[in-house]
Amino acid sequence: MSEYVIEMLNITKRFPGILANDNITLQLKQGEVHALLGENGAGKSTLMSVLFGLYQPEGGQIKKNGQVVKIDNPNDANELNIGMVHQHFKLVEVFTVLDNIMLGVEPNKLGFIQKAEARKKVMALSDKYGLQVDPDALIEDISVGMQQRVEILKMLYRDNEILIFDEPTAVLTPQEIDELMEIMRNFTKEGKSILFITHKLNEIMAAADRCTVLRKGKYMGTVDIKDSSKEELSRMMVGRDVNFKVDKEEQQLGDVVLDVKEVSVASKIHAGNAVKDVSFQVRAGEILCLAGIEGNGQTQFVHALTGLDKMSHGSIALCGQDITKMSIRNRSKTGMSHIPEDRHKHGLVLDYTLEQNLVLQRYWEPAFQSSGFIKEKDIREYALKLIDQYDIRSGQGPVTTSRSMSGGNQQKAIVAREIDKVHKLLVAVQPTRGLDVGAIEYIHKQLVAQRDEGGAVLLISLELDEVMNVSDRILVMYEGEIVGEFDPKTTTVQELGLYMAGAKNQYREVEQFGVEQPKESEVSQHE
Amino acid sequence: MNKMMKSSISLIAALISIVAGLLVGLGVMFAIGGQEPLRAMGILLTSGLPGNPEFGKVLYQAAPLIMTGLSVGFAFKTGLFNIGASGQFTVGSFVALLLGLVFKMPWYVCMIGAAAGGAIWGFFPGFFKAFFNVNEVITSIMFNWIGLYAVCVSIANIPPMLPRFYHPSGITNETAKFELAGNPGGLIPKIGLDKLFGSPYMGAGVIIAILLAVLVWVILNKTTFGYELKACGLNKSASIYAGINAKRNIILSMVIAGALSGIAGSLYYQSGVSQFGIKIELAPMGFNGIPVALLATSHPLGIIFSAIFISFINVGGEKMQQLEYSTQVIAIIIAVIIYFSAFFFLVKGFLAKVIGLDKSNVNAEPAPVIAPAGEESETVLIEPAEREE
Repeated sequence: MSEYVIEMLNITKRFPGILANDNITLQLKQGEVHALLGENGAGKSTLMSVLFGLYQPEGGQIKKNGQVVKIDNPNDANELNIGMVHQHFKLVEVFTVLDNIMLGVEPNKLGFIQKAEARKKVMALSDKYGLQVDPDALIEDISVGMQQRVEILKMLYRDNEILIFDEPTAVLTPQEIDELMEIMRNFTKEGKSILFITHKLNEIMAAADRCTVLRKGKYMGTVDIKDSSKEELSRMMVGRDVNFKVDKEEQQLGDVVLDVKEVSVASKIHAGNAVKDVSFQVRAGEILCLAGIEGNGQTQFVHALTGLDKMSHGSIALCGQDITKMSIRNRSKTGMSHIPEDRHKHGLVLDYTLEQNLVLQRYWEPAFQSSGFIKEKDIREYALKLIDQYDIRSGQGPVTTSRSMSGGNQQKAIVAREIDKVHKLLVAVQPTRGLDVGAIEYIHKQLVAQRDEGGAVLLISLELDEVMNVSDRILVMYEGEIVGEFDPKTTTVQELGLYMAGAKNQYREVEQFGVEQPKESEVSQHE
Repeated sequence: MNKMMKSSISLIAALISIVAGLLVGLGVMFAIGGQEPLRAMGILLTSGLPGNPEFGKVLYQAAPLIMTGLSVGFAFKTGLFNIGASGQFTVGSFVALLLGLVFKMPWYVCMIGAAAGGAIWGFFPGFFKAFFNVNEVITSIMFNWIGLYAVCVSIANIPPMLPRFYHPSGITNETAKFELAGNPGGLIPKIGLDKLFGSPYMGAGVIIAILLAVLVWVILNKTTFGYELKACGLNKSASIYAGINAKRNIILSMVIAGALSGIAGSLYYQSGVSQFGIKIELAPMGFNGIPVALLATSHPLGIIFSAIFISFINVGGEKMQQLEYSTQVIAIIIAVIIYFSAFFFLVKGFLAKVIGLDKSNVNAEPAPVIAPAGEESETVLIEPAEREE
């Protein structure tokens, strides 16, 4: 019997004109957590698609327990007990948790589904691994963390031994990430093997035994985590040293740019307010960060601030002008730039070309139109300038369909558009979500450059590393309220965590000390 | 090489689809035991060719089809399904006839009136969609019937629109001819085309339709207005985020679509080819705009050709009657041919895949291009089609 449960040896996969996987070897040991590390576009997903039979490689072979196997489609992979939790979950939103788990392998007698049997098995698995789910809740009603547990249970229900997690932490809160790491350790104790695809180095250092690194389709090597460091891994991945600490100049505080007074926003899912009586100011030359766990009113607040939704109470002034009732276009003209949370829903018209998206906020300016006619030449020139300046990579330059670009480059396009537009305030909502270290470093530099040049930045982030690194001042939001203000130089991640979880409040007593209250997204299922 | 390849693939795919449609159509003729199927197919395919007397008919019948095709296609481009082209066509026709027969207005005034009439009929579905989020398909269908009944009742009760008003033996179930009403100037000018093509109904209509198609193309592709409309259609949330007034654009889009259908009515009845009959039947011209727009993937210039193609097949089909094919059988054969033409994109995608032009990658992530040695800095990314979740 071989030491390895799955081996992908010398895999080569070519797409017309390009080499997506160039002689890549990946060997997964029984009972280990093996990380697969690489930037966006390094070939990780292609390699996994080969393992799942979605692509046939031009070269190389796949072995299971030392035996050469042929995988022609995902069903073959399933028969070899390989399961995967995709980055974007593959769940039927209007089905219950139980229905989703048994979908495709429903136990039946004479064609009648035996739900009780499935329920028994699911609950047994749920208890055994501490994967709390409500089997009768609809997927659309449960939190993202629970959806992921459903995906994991799907693999377990199918008795998979080799579990692949594709960027599993991108959608989770810090607490949920810790839980996931614990669950993964339980699996390996059971003898299951885990392949963990990610570009977050902290998680690899915390959870993985070994790590295989890819760069631009090439195999860079496999290292033992205990003999390696974050710096070494990032050098292997990016090909250069990455600066984790953001360099900032001495702060030069200027005038108040944004003045938020007693803003409340009505909730769309319950009778109360999603944002409660929020007041703060952002001044020129500072990065103010609004931190908090997802679903604590940040999204609703930003929508009210940027004009996407109405606020129920309060007022907002930008550069001394009251913008409470202003249209989105006029807020933009007054000096607001907005990097939206959801780049596909709000940030881009995906079927427009890159150049069309780069002028999405400015196409009406005299520079890009005259008497209603688009100045194509000027837009092209402007797009080329931004592409060059912000290093936006795409297949065909300005005429690339935005949909076909990688997530990192889509985000860069939005950042370029919003920063290059004349503005006084930059509202950046999770600007680095789902990006690799190279792109994160780049976007952080841009935010700091804004601040150093005397701009005001309001950063909304869930990543505590980002919060601590980039901001000058931190406000923590919990259940729609500001519960504390901090200086990143004097606070700690642990302290912020307590406030983010609602265990502490600078402005009033917290009654149930240490008890986490249900988040907005979880409240909905009870109503 | 890519562009050349792509266009030749398109051409081959179009030919395959049309030939497949003709073969199945031929199969239908054999199956029903029609008269001389091969000769019938020959008539279908050659009657509308240039040089034949019917070529003029192909063109003047194409003119209103282009307009309803543009109407449906324009709405599609902006994310709306205008199934109300029929009602807009009817209301537009009514206004044109009212202005021409009763008020003796020149043809262009009638045409502008028709556009306004269609626009008003497009406004309502747009308004309800924008402010109350009522699906435009439901409102449009209701407005088709409201328009039809309202127009029929109005015409029946406006004597100067009926032949009886001008001649005691005139009928009362359709509108009077422009000549009978003493306003030949209400007909669209022939500018000599009637003599050139040997058809009394051939006139400037088709030229007007083609010019309007070009105008729609310019609006959609060259103006900020078109940029906004398309953005709203492709991603409403992103357009709102960019400060575009989505409500206004939805209404304007339906108003313009309605105006285009209204002009279709003007082009049809002001060509003199037919009189508006008072009968409870939705104008088929409006619905024919849907396949015209779909065949051309809503591209305004493509719509010119798809409308001419459908008109060509229809004219050829009519000629098949001389071999005693019933109109119903002809309708089936025409439908089969149009149906297969819609396979064009399937065939095209298949060809592209076989030849290996299709670079779509099932991953959302792009794979990098490894540049030849010595040009390592020139790394570029290719374009994988993002998998829709």
